[in-house]
Amino acid sequence: MSTVSEKPILLEATDLCVSYGKVEALHKVSLRIREGEIVTVIGPNGAGKTTLLSCLMGLLPGQGEVVYIGRSLGNDDEVEERVGLGLTLVPEKRELFADMSVEDNLLLGAFDRYRRGQRDYKVTMDEVYAIFPRLKERAGQMAGTLSGGERQMLAMGRALMAKPRLLMLDEPSLGLAPLIIREIFKTVARLRDMGVSVLLVEQNARAALQVADYGYVLETGEVSLEGPSSELINDPRVIEAYLGLGGKH
Amino acid sequence: MDFQIALFLGQDGLTNGAIYALLALALVLVFAVTRVIFIPQGEFVAYGALTLASLQAGNVPATLWLVLALGVAVALLDGVQAMRHGSTRRLPRIILVNLAVPALLWLVLGSADLATLPLLVQILLALAIVVPLGPMIYRLAYQPIAEASVLMLLIVSVAVHVVLIGLGLLFFGAEGTRTPAFTDGMLDLGVTTLQYQTLWILASSAVLIVALYVFFGRSIYGKALRATALNRTGARLMGISTTMAGKLSFTLAALIGAFSGILISPITTLYYDSGFLIGLKGFVGAIIGGLASYPVAAAGAILVGFLEAYSSFYASAYKEVIVFTLIIPVLLWRSLTSHHSEEEE
Repeated sequence: MSTVSEKPILLEATDLCVSYGKVEALHKVSLRIREGEIVTVIGPNGAGKTTLLSCLMGLLPGQGEVVYIGRSLGNDDEVEERVGLGLTLVPEKRELFADMSVEDNLLLGAFDRYRRGQRDYKVTMDEVYAIFPRLKERAGQMAGTLSGGERQMLAMGRALMAKPRLLMLDEPSLGLAPLIIREIFKTVARLRDMGVSVLLVEQNARAALQVADYGYVLETGEVSLEGPSSELINDPRVIEAYLGLGGKH
Repeated sequence: MDFQIALFLGQDGLTNGAIYALLALALVLVFAVTRVIFIPQGEFVAYGALTLASLQAGNVPATLWLVLALGVAVALLDGVQAMRHGSTRRLPRIILVNLAVPALLWLVLGSADLATLPLLVQILLALAIVVPLGPMIYRLAYQPIAEASVLMLLIVSVAVHVVLIGLGLLFFGAEGTRTPAFTDGMLDLGVTTLQYQTLWILASSAVLIVALYVFFGRSIYGKALRATALNRTGARLMGISTTMAGKLSFTLAALIGAFSGILISPITTLYYDSGFLIGLKGFVGAIIGGLASYPVAAAGAILVGFLEAYSSFYASAYKEVIVFTLIIPVLLWRSLTSHHSEEEE
């Protein structure tokens, strides 16, 4: 079936369609994420990238098939259940608990595991602090008072507290300074090394393709192009549309 | 007014204020987590007190039938949903919580000599009957429309309130009841005397408020409720289900309501419909706190207690009018000082 080098499939979506009323936001999108891979979805504003993540997370109903670790996910499977299965989304708006401390935000990231009797959140929190030392410095501070970069770190840290098998990141670089963006992407690569699979949605195509193993280009709700990132980054169509003149480096 | 009377009224105001504070906290909690303005909060006060009175009279309280009926309804709804979902592993829990527990209560109540049980056991039994009504009402009336507008949820609240008042009349009749004090007698302080029950009320309220504070500040479930209130989507993404949070907040509100009723029934005669007015005064306190701040709501509710006590001395006929008029300057002040932030939904 698969060659030796190919890792097992973690999530496979086939012909996914999502509509807002009569407007179709996603049309027959298929994508596949293998374990321990970073897969990126790039594309312009309004292409349906956020819709795709919302649907995979169960925030939006959709048509089509989603199979996650051999289990079919339907519209009946609520967000909370998907969290329990190891799917975690860091949304574009971060959705932090602004009036709670950084530490409490992180703690709640482990809520689902705590509810299931896994009480080792302190260990996980130390791991998260090791990845984002800045969060440890800010532990007692209210999440609402953090800077943009720190908020993104907290959103990612909170998601990691759930020990996800698949971490979905929606525009993690949005609104951040270049130095911080570099740090965030470095962290994404590190997460892969730690065994977390990542689905990365980005407008910052170059940074995303540099870190990812495989990429999809989403345009007006459809996949227009896909392939290993190393190929996409050299594809003239991608260079012209998303990478600009400096694309070849 | 001489000092003696002022002191007496102050005591009265503080006692009532403590109860209003508890109810205000419950209202803020329910609104923050579910956006429901919980008008039936007061009914839990009456149900708690009257269920206890009924136990003390040696009868099986009629509220038990309501728990049984709602339990069957919830079990059916949740059961069918779980079956359609194909998750049969959830069935045992659904049956246990909604059918087995009420049935067990029925057995206990049917076999014990209720009137002669110690007061503490009677109180625990009354709470065991009334408190499950909270999450059951949430499941049946609010959960299906959890995403509806605040106005729609308010309309449902009015409906639930009217139904519970009607059922209260059916269950307990039009007669008012009082229950015996937890501890009989008075404490002589020299300048004034205090009923021991007043001390019970103040102490229990204080303990309950501290317990709530610890629950929200320290426990992960308390923090999860706060998180849901702050950011529903964020909370769901952490696996904190809106339904779980709603049921938990309604359970707490029912517990606070029923326990408040049990606390005050030795000092006031409670009728099937007395809860409404008591709940509304808690609501005035909650409004002072903007339905958001717990400490301000509690302080506001205590202010309501004092205002009520002193206005009953100066203008006894207008006592309720004065209390509820307080809401107008409060609303005015809130509308002038509050500002909308762009990020809020």
